[in-house]
Amino acid sequence: MSHAYTPGLKVSDAAEFVRARSLPIPGEVLVKQGDSVEPDTVVARALLPGNVVTANFARQLGVAAADLGELLLVKPGETVKEGQPIAQSKGIFGMFKQAVNAPTTGEFESVSAVSGQAIFREAPIPVEVRAYVGGKVTSVTDTFGVDVTARGIMVQGIFGIGPEVAGPITLAGPDPAKRLEPADIKAEHKGSVLVGGSFASLATLRACIEKGVTALVVGGIDAADLKELLGFDLGVAITGNETVGLTLVVTEGFGELAMAGKTHRLLSNAVGQVASVSGATQIRAGVMRPEVLVPREIEAIEQTEVDTGFMHEGSVVRIIRDPHFGSLGKVTALPPEPAALETEAKVRILTVALADGTPVTLPRANVELVDESL
Amino acid sequence: MSETIRSILATDCGSTTTKAILIELTSDGYRLKVRGEAPTTVEKPFDDVTVGVINAVTEVQELAGRTIVGEDGRIITPQTDEAGVDLYLSTSSAGGGLQMLVAGVVRSMTAESAERAALGAGAIVMDVLCSNDQRQPHEQITRIRHLRPDMILLSGGVDGGTTSHVAELAELISAADPKPRLGAGYELPVVFAGNVEARGAVNDALEEKTALSVVDNLRPTLDEENLDPARDQIHDLFMEHVMAQAPGYDKLKSWTSAPVMPTPGAVGAIITTVAEQRKLQVIGVDIGGATTDVFSVFQHKFNRTVSANLGMSYSISNVMATAGLDNVLRWVPFDIDESELRNRIKNKMVRPTTIPSLVRDLQVEQALAREALRLSLIQHKEFATELKGVRKSRDISEAFDQSGSGNTLVNMMTCDLVVGSGGVLSHAPRRVQSALMLIDSFEPMGVTKLAVDSIFMMPQLGVLSTVHEAAATEVFERDCLVPLGTCIAPVGKTKGGKPLAKITLELPDGKVERTLAVGDLDLIKLPTGSSARCTIEPAKGVDVGAGPGQVLNTEIEGGEAGIFLDGRGRPVQVPADAQQRVAAIETWIENLDLYPREGAHS
Repeated sequence: MSHAYTPGLKVSDAAEFVRARSLPIPGEVLVKQGDSVEPDTVVARALLPGNVVTANFARQLGVAAADLGELLLVKPGETVKEGQPIAQSKGIFGMFKQAVNAPTTGEFESVSAVSGQAIFREAPIPVEVRAYVGGKVTSVTDTFGVDVTARGIMVQGIFGIGPEVAGPITLAGPDPAKRLEPADIKAEHKGSVLVGGSFASLATLRACIEKGVTALVVGGIDAADLKELLGFDLGVAITGNETVGLTLVVTEGFGELAMAGKTHRLLSNAVGQVASVSGATQIRAGVMRPEVLVPREIEAIEQTEVDTGFMHEGSVVRIIRDPHFGSLGKVTALPPEPAALETEAKVRILTVALADGTPVTLPRANVELVDESL
Repeated sequence: MSETIRSILATDCGSTTTKAILIELTSDGYRLKVRGEAPTTVEKPFDDVTVGVINAVTEVQELAGRTIVGEDGRIITPQTDEAGVDLYLSTSSAGGGLQMLVAGVVRSMTAESAERAALGAGAIVMDVLCSNDQRQPHEQITRIRHLRPDMILLSGGVDGGTTSHVAELAELISAADPKPRLGAGYELPVVFAGNVEARGAVNDALEEKTALSVVDNLRPTLDEENLDPARDQIHDLFMEHVMAQAPGYDKLKSWTSAPVMPTPGAVGAIITTVAEQRKLQVIGVDIGGATTDVFSVFQHKFNRTVSANLGMSYSISNVMATAGLDNVLRWVPFDIDESELRNRIKNKMVRPTTIPSLVRDLQVEQALAREALRLSLIQHKEFATELKGVRKSRDISEAFDQSGSGNTLVNMMTCDLVVGSGGVLSHAPRRVQSALMLIDSFEPMGVTKLAVDSIFMMPQLGVLSTVHEAAATEVFERDCLVPLGTCIAPVGKTKGGKPLAKITLELPDGKVERTLAVGDLDLIKLPTGSSARCTIEPAKGVDVGAGPGQVLNTEIEGGEAGIFLDGRGRPVQVPADAQQRVAAIETWIENLDLYPREGAHS
């Protein structure tokens, strides 16, 4: 039987997920291997070097940089307060002395005898890393961070925005193909991870923000609405730091696209359970997709076709480009020879039987594996 | 290099694919024998770039029917009987290539020269810091810290000039205490190529916190730029420090017959070699998924720019955002709803490996490619300039011309050859599509040859050119470039609807005379390997390269597309009205047989 490699998005109710929680610089790890953590548990902490503030004392005092050393009132390395005199000119006959003051509170680090530039470093900035997902600490890297491991539902989206959040899952409705309207967003959705249908318009997204929804998981959105929401046209899909007041996970793509049946089913079964959601998306080296993780007790991990990445006759795939964008189908043939498309490009193709049995021939690059049955 | 070199293997370890080519000495000179490729292996589970190299070379040896990889898993050099190769070379952009921060005192002078040196060495320039960049010192420090480059190039000041500004920059870098992107256990390499008088101060500021090396000033005087010492040092440090951090590179380094070069630096090497040898003014472009690189050689000066975030997959949405909807739509030969177009582009961004299977989809992608190429060339023209800050003596005509220093070197009228590469150009279903994308975006003027590098072997040939120039140029001309043909584009205006030029071509099968009207776009077939004597008689005030109204006699080369007669003006005039635009593009499609008819009109 012929087969081919094609990636897909992971949608499983029995997955294991390991999330590395690391500091940007060495610091202190606050938990130990085997500890149980909740999404908001602080697992590591560090102090980033403080901001640097500079001032050119030679220019301010009107003296040569090389002469500054003898005019200093404070030695480099000492702690200073904002406004504290640091150097003073000799003046004329001891009069008309001019002083320069510390521009900030912190450490007077150095002064250059070449440029006359003085460098002050403010107090260190604390950085904390939280667990993000409820689970067990399975490894500790000294001074840097930990791995948190959990099992449960894992749903990868295709695109998202917004930071890591957590909240209980609520369901907007039973139909994954129904548009999510502004009126569907209710006060009781506040603080929750709301699972919607095929499409959320700008008005719906704004209603979610207004009602305090923590995260929205929906089939599709319009690119033009995203531009309005962000205030700029997103050029490159590197997201996760947006501060629009909502973490968004788009499961299928741009446009009105019914949420995949399995995605909707799994999340519907987890209503009320706490989900960890990240909108971070990066579609370049080190691909990162947005995700919804719901830890729960599971004995065995499910290995699916999507995990292997290998497609064969009988595999269920989603078509990810026009024509038939969004349709599911079953692979019926994977001919080894390249074939010409309507464009005349010769590429490797496959034949897919759509849900109604209609056969369509497509480039292999235009399908992705899905864990779904037809 | 010895003429006894019988076989050369060269690999390019790209960020996703490792490509290998085998060149052999035949009775017909050096020729490409076979090529192979395999996924690059710098990430888990392999974590060793040589695994991908061996996989790609294994494909090569299977196709070539000879052994290249020995039983010890290494490439056999030199060649023994039928096994192994005499030379093994490699380039690399794996792991994100070489990412640099450059700094100089004045943005338009030393900082720009430093940027040119870094780009020419094949780096991605993450930011340019300078004393006059409007940022506060603390903002600059925060930026340095945030970026985590692979290397810093610090310049500033002419030799013997003031030292305080460049010392100040060194102090800022020191205060930021920058950490390298890869590997926690080594010091960040910093190259100082500025005022010789400032070496002591720079050394004091940076010696303890960085791996500082000092080379000749890249701008010893205002009138002179000396980039080679800085570029060479960047190449050395790239190998010693940066690549040493990437998994498997120590092994790769021990296999190669010459130092591993950064991929774009190698492309620059082959383009410069060919331009010098054939006395050509050349523009090359490589349009990728994320970025577009433009290379040029004008007036013997090589320039390279990287338009980060102008590309055909990961960055396609940014092309739309930067070019604007109207500029993209002007190349689309049908009406399309704006919202649908935006969704289509974003869907390509999030699923970058998909390909157009419908003609209309292909037309939209090629419209976006035109804009990505056009914007990249604008950026390149702004950067590839004469030295700024140079005092010039002017004659009276130049005084009226009001041109100062810093004019762009890129002159589309004197450009002899435009070479395109990258998927959208190299793999366009019809070569005529590649040619028209290059014409519409680069707008060559006068008479210009067009070509594509169909399998993008310029990087491998570039590194080869550093050790065996003859072999590199032979393969470049005969196996690398696919000639597309020649574009004839008169520039200027005529009065009262008069034609732009009369063109006479002595084709192998007879003489052809054409009158080129304003707005016309036509194609005359002239196959690859053929040439035609051509006489172009432009109207008064119209230039085809010999001066306004002057007749041009020249030899024109054919190609897979043919000879383009382009009377659409510069910049290319596309009707603003949607209906007229669609009609005009449909005429061009018809005249050039650009797309399969059924799909294009469905």
